[in-house]
Amino acid sequence: MTAEAEMVAIPQPAARRRPAGSAGDTVFHGLTIVFAVLVLLILGGVIVSLGYGALPAFRQFGLGFIVGSAWNPVTDNFGALAPIYGTLVTSLIAMLIGIPVAFGVALFITELCPKWLRRPLGTMIELLAAIPSIIYGIWGLFVLAPFIQEHIEPALIATLGKIPGIGMLFAGPPLGIGVLTAGFILAVMVLPFIASVMRDVFETVPPMLKESAYGIGATTTEVVWRVVLPYTRIGVVGGILLGLGRALGETMAVTFVIGNSHHIHASILQPGTTISAALANEFTEAVGDLYQSSLIGLGFILFIITFIVLAAAKVMLIRLQKGAGAAA
Amino acid sequence: MQLYTRRRLSNYLVVALSLGATAFGLLFLVLVLGTLLVNGVGALSLTLVTQATPPPGSAGGLMNAIFGSLAMTVIATLVGTPTGILAGTFLAEYAHGSRLGEFVRFINDILLSAPSIIIGLFVYAILVVPMGHFSAWAGSVALAIIMIPVIVRTTEDMLTLVPNALREAAAALGSPKWKIIVMVTYRSAVQGMLTGVLLAVARISGETAPLLFTALNNQFWSTNLNAPMANLPVVIFQFAMSPYADWQSLAWAGALLITATILILNIGARLFASWSGLQK
Repeated sequence: MTAEAEMVAIPQPAARRRPAGSAGDTVFHGLTIVFAVLVLLILGGVIVSLGYGALPAFRQFGLGFIVGSAWNPVTDNFGALAPIYGTLVTSLIAMLIGIPVAFGVALFITELCPKWLRRPLGTMIELLAAIPSIIYGIWGLFVLAPFIQEHIEPALIATLGKIPGIGMLFAGPPLGIGVLTAGFILAVMVLPFIASVMRDVFETVPPMLKESAYGIGATTTEVVWRVVLPYTRIGVVGGILLGLGRALGETMAVTFVIGNSHHIHASILQPGTTISAALANEFTEAVGDLYQSSLIGLGFILFIITFIVLAAAKVMLIRLQKGAGAAA
Repeated sequence: MQLYTRRRLSNYLVVALSLGATAFGLLFLVLVLGTLLVNGVGALSLTLVTQATPPPGSAGGLMNAIFGSLAMTVIATLVGTPTGILAGTFLAEYAHGSRLGEFVRFINDILLSAPSIIIGLFVYAILVVPMGHFSAWAGSVALAIIMIPVIVRTTEDMLTLVPNALREAAAALGSPKWKIIVMVTYRSAVQGMLTGVLLAVARISGETAPLLFTALNNQFWSTNLNAPMANLPVVIFQFAMSPYADWQSLAWAGALLITATILILNIGARLFASWSGLQK
């Protein structure tokens, strides 16, 4: 804090003594402010333009736009329930698979693996995040979907599908393409984001805390469970929300493998759609103002959802940073 | 004794699961890259860069798509880099806990993870609708908007790493603040900032969703920035989803090209960052 205060304070007297330099200062300072405000304008512009574009759809259908499940371009009747449902369910599946795996990866990198392996391993996991969405999509369509169709789905139908109640989640023919496959690909895609935040927050735990636990004979598991996790709780939740934000808005990979059907099936083996997949598939071909406005309305809803999730993630991570700063 | 055994066993179990999770993650990296190599290498040929995308059923290449991707990436980088660096400079050098600074940082981090398809919709609304047609310009702007938050973030991080003593030394010589920033702070952070730009370029070179509604696609060779332009990601999308074997094989070739470029940029940027770190 004090270092920052010095940094601001020092140049000022110099500038006051030398008015010649202060003109350049004003210009440069102003320039940086303009571009910083531009960042705000982009966000404002996104909200305003999407909200404006969605207005006709919201006006026409009212609340029915969110709770209606019809999607019929021929009769101009649109409801966003199916894509909203698909977005939430695929993200839920992604989180169910992604969180434990990311936790395992972060645990391995911070507590278990030899020091020389940490960086290469971390980089390799981060490269998973660098592979573009479309590559996951094409891989999912040609490799993962057939594999799931032949090996995983028949097994799920034969085992879990027989149980009354949750059996309906796994009903129907094994298509390979559907909500489950989309959720699975999303899990792989958000894994690096969650894992790298978890790794970063795990590393903020003061070694002394961990060493004192090890010193009284705690196992690695106990140290992580009782010391590391309680200390980094907020950061871990922040990381998870960050991953969730990514999963909700992920477009191309999902578009390839979800099947794009505007029907809500109870079974996660059946095709569905998400907001982003519906946009990617239909937007350029949407004929008619109401159709297009409904799609923009979908985008607006998606943006609001992700904005809330990401803002919550950010608030938690900031709180962790401040807490760590105060503790240190 | 029994308690001890139980604790030890549960520890082994967690260690094994954690190892398994890491292997699971790496498995997918290997699987995805392996599939790309197997399917992509066979589809590579010289005609990729000498011929434009073909109609279904005939041979062709990806020349127009490669050119389009390069052109839009370059324009986006030219727009996004100065914007991002100046905004990042504001956060690192001028904001210091001010409300505006905190707010811009917060919003920037949200834009960093915002769905890219939403950026596509936004640019569609502000550029494509008023212009009345899809264009490479709109595609470039969409890519630039995706790039800006990445560069803002890395610029701020890198500038914050510059030791204050350097700034103080320059200030003691009587330089005005803008000169300190441009000639001292930028200079000592330039490698880090460049790394950030490289990572941002890597990020946008595979983006598909924002181009769908902005640059669209173009089956023919075109250098007109004011018209729809072919680009690798959208061509891959269209060709992979098609039932034609020639198109699918071109999609694999394109996918390999993009992924190789992105991995080289990523690993290059990291090596560059650690190499320049050693130099200091």
